[in-house]
Amino acid sequence: MTDTERPIIVSIRGLTKTYKGGHQALKGIDLDIKEGEILALLGPNGAGKTTLISTICGLVSPSSGTVIVGGHDIIKDYRKTRELIGLVPQELTLGAFELVVDTVRFSRGLFGKPKDDAYIDGLLADLSLGDKKNSPVQRLSGGMKRRVLIAKALAHQPRILFLDEPTAGVDVELRKDMWALVEKLRQDGVTIILTTHYIEEAEEIADRVGVIRAGELLVIDDKDNLMQSLGRKQLLIDLKTAITSMPADLDEYNLELSADGYRLTYTYDTQRDKTGITALLHAINEAGLSLKDLQTTQSSLEDIFVNLVHQKS
Amino acid sequence: MNTEAVKAIYRNEMRRTRNTLLQSILSPVISTTLYFVVFGSAIGSRIQSVEDVPYGLFIVPGLVMLSLLTQSISNASFGIFFPKFTGTIYEVMSAPISFLEIILGYVGAAATKSLIIGAIILVTASFFVELRIAHPLMMVTFLLLTCISFSLFGFIIGLWADNFEKLQLIPLLVITPLVFLGGSFYSINMLPEFWQKVSLLNPVLYLISGFRWSFFEVSDVSVELSLTMMAGFLLLCLGVVWIMFKTGYKLRQ
Repeated sequence: MTDTERPIIVSIRGLTKTYKGGHQALKGIDLDIKEGEILALLGPNGAGKTTLISTICGLVSPSSGTVIVGGHDIIKDYRKTRELIGLVPQELTLGAFELVVDTVRFSRGLFGKPKDDAYIDGLLADLSLGDKKNSPVQRLSGGMKRRVLIAKALAHQPRILFLDEPTAGVDVELRKDMWALVEKLRQDGVTIILTTHYIEEAEEIADRVGVIRAGELLVIDDKDNLMQSLGRKQLLIDLKTAITSMPADLDEYNLELSADGYRLTYTYDTQRDKTGITALLHAINEAGLSLKDLQTTQSSLEDIFVNLVHQKS
Repeated sequence: MNTEAVKAIYRNEMRRTRNTLLQSILSPVISTTLYFVVFGSAIGSRIQSVEDVPYGLFIVPGLVMLSLLTQSISNASFGIFFPKFTGTIYEVMSAPISFLEIILGYVGAAATKSLIIGAIILVTASFFVELRIAHPLMMVTFLLLTCISFSLFGFIIGLWADNFEKLQLIPLLVITPLVFLGGSFYSINMLPEFWQKVSLLNPVLYLISGFRWSFFEVSDVSVELSLTMMAGFLLLCLGVVWIMFKTGYKLRQ
């Protein structure tokens, strides 16, 4: 399915949240989430990511605005919307003494689904928790607890899964497992919304990326578009001897000259057929400049993110 | 109605009880035995009878109520306080479940546990005295009303408390004195007139009086008044819980 064919599963309009203390966590969020996509919400601490997720899941009451999930209003038809949603919270919130299998069964029941041990067993096996099935939750490592939280969120077979900072404080292996799991869920058609600090994570698994800062959605776009429109590549040219002014022949390339006169920076778009590098190097040669070193840098999602967040602050 | 969710909460709470089974059963058995030794045998041997009921027998309803009240409150308050404390309450709050269903699950389980404890105490008591119950149906009604309304009351305390101190505060400072001064171990007729009047302000008195009536047909106040007071308390608790949930009190920001 192409993106344009995908129906909207979560539709947020004019959502605001002001906490009792007066802190405005969300300032009019408009957002459509497409069925089956993986959406990453990036943003610094306190940007409102968790508030946004918590509101959709019913943990926080919105101050104004509407949220429609699967065609139903999250307040009027909360039973219908919440059945569709699974939430993996940021904190490792689990009881202490209960067994893994019991807590996962509890979650399934809580969301109104009848007992299905075969499904629960399969789910635990998928999350490499098969042999921990009858262990008390408190004996598990942090990573294992994270898996249990995911199992709980998936226990009622939700159509939408919210992952709030799923890989914070998680080792590399588990992170890779988590990404594999997200990929598998995507193939099953589950819509996934994750918040993260790790740009790498968004870059790796998301279809679309949204950047939130101070309660506002700064940008939301397909990851590739975002990278393309905002992603630039730069060629850094180090000179053997410093120059004080740009040779006239090089004007058309819009080079930047560093303050010490030793470095020229050429910015270009990798998507274009002609990057102009060959011509530029030729022109530099013609201008009689001798080169010491060359290097290229590509702006990552991280640079884009940092730029965005700083630009608007 | 999300019956699966109610069952899930109820089962989960009952499992918590089973995990502490020994403590749950042993503590009422031991405390009842101690009360019988101290009040029934030692002091009771000097008192002999209250309103023609042997003293050892007379204190049975009071003993049951004493445990029932404290157990109902502590079970129900802990049951909802602990998930709040650990943060696991997020799951209940994000589930497709109404407030009524949450109450049914938590309060139902707490009341069940209290009911079991009440039965255990009665059985234990029957080893010490020759138990007689004049109105078994009324006895069960009082038992049920008490378990439910005080579990509900405990649930309110659990919602209200945001630390362990507050959780203990009301049971310790309010409930225990009210139970002891509510005629658990005596008839208010044994008090000077002034203190009899003061005792009538104690809601627990009506509870114990009515419950005792169902055993021995002796009471400090009329049984109808007892039932009315109980029903009133139940309605009051229901009202408070309803308002708490309606406003998302300390649960939903």
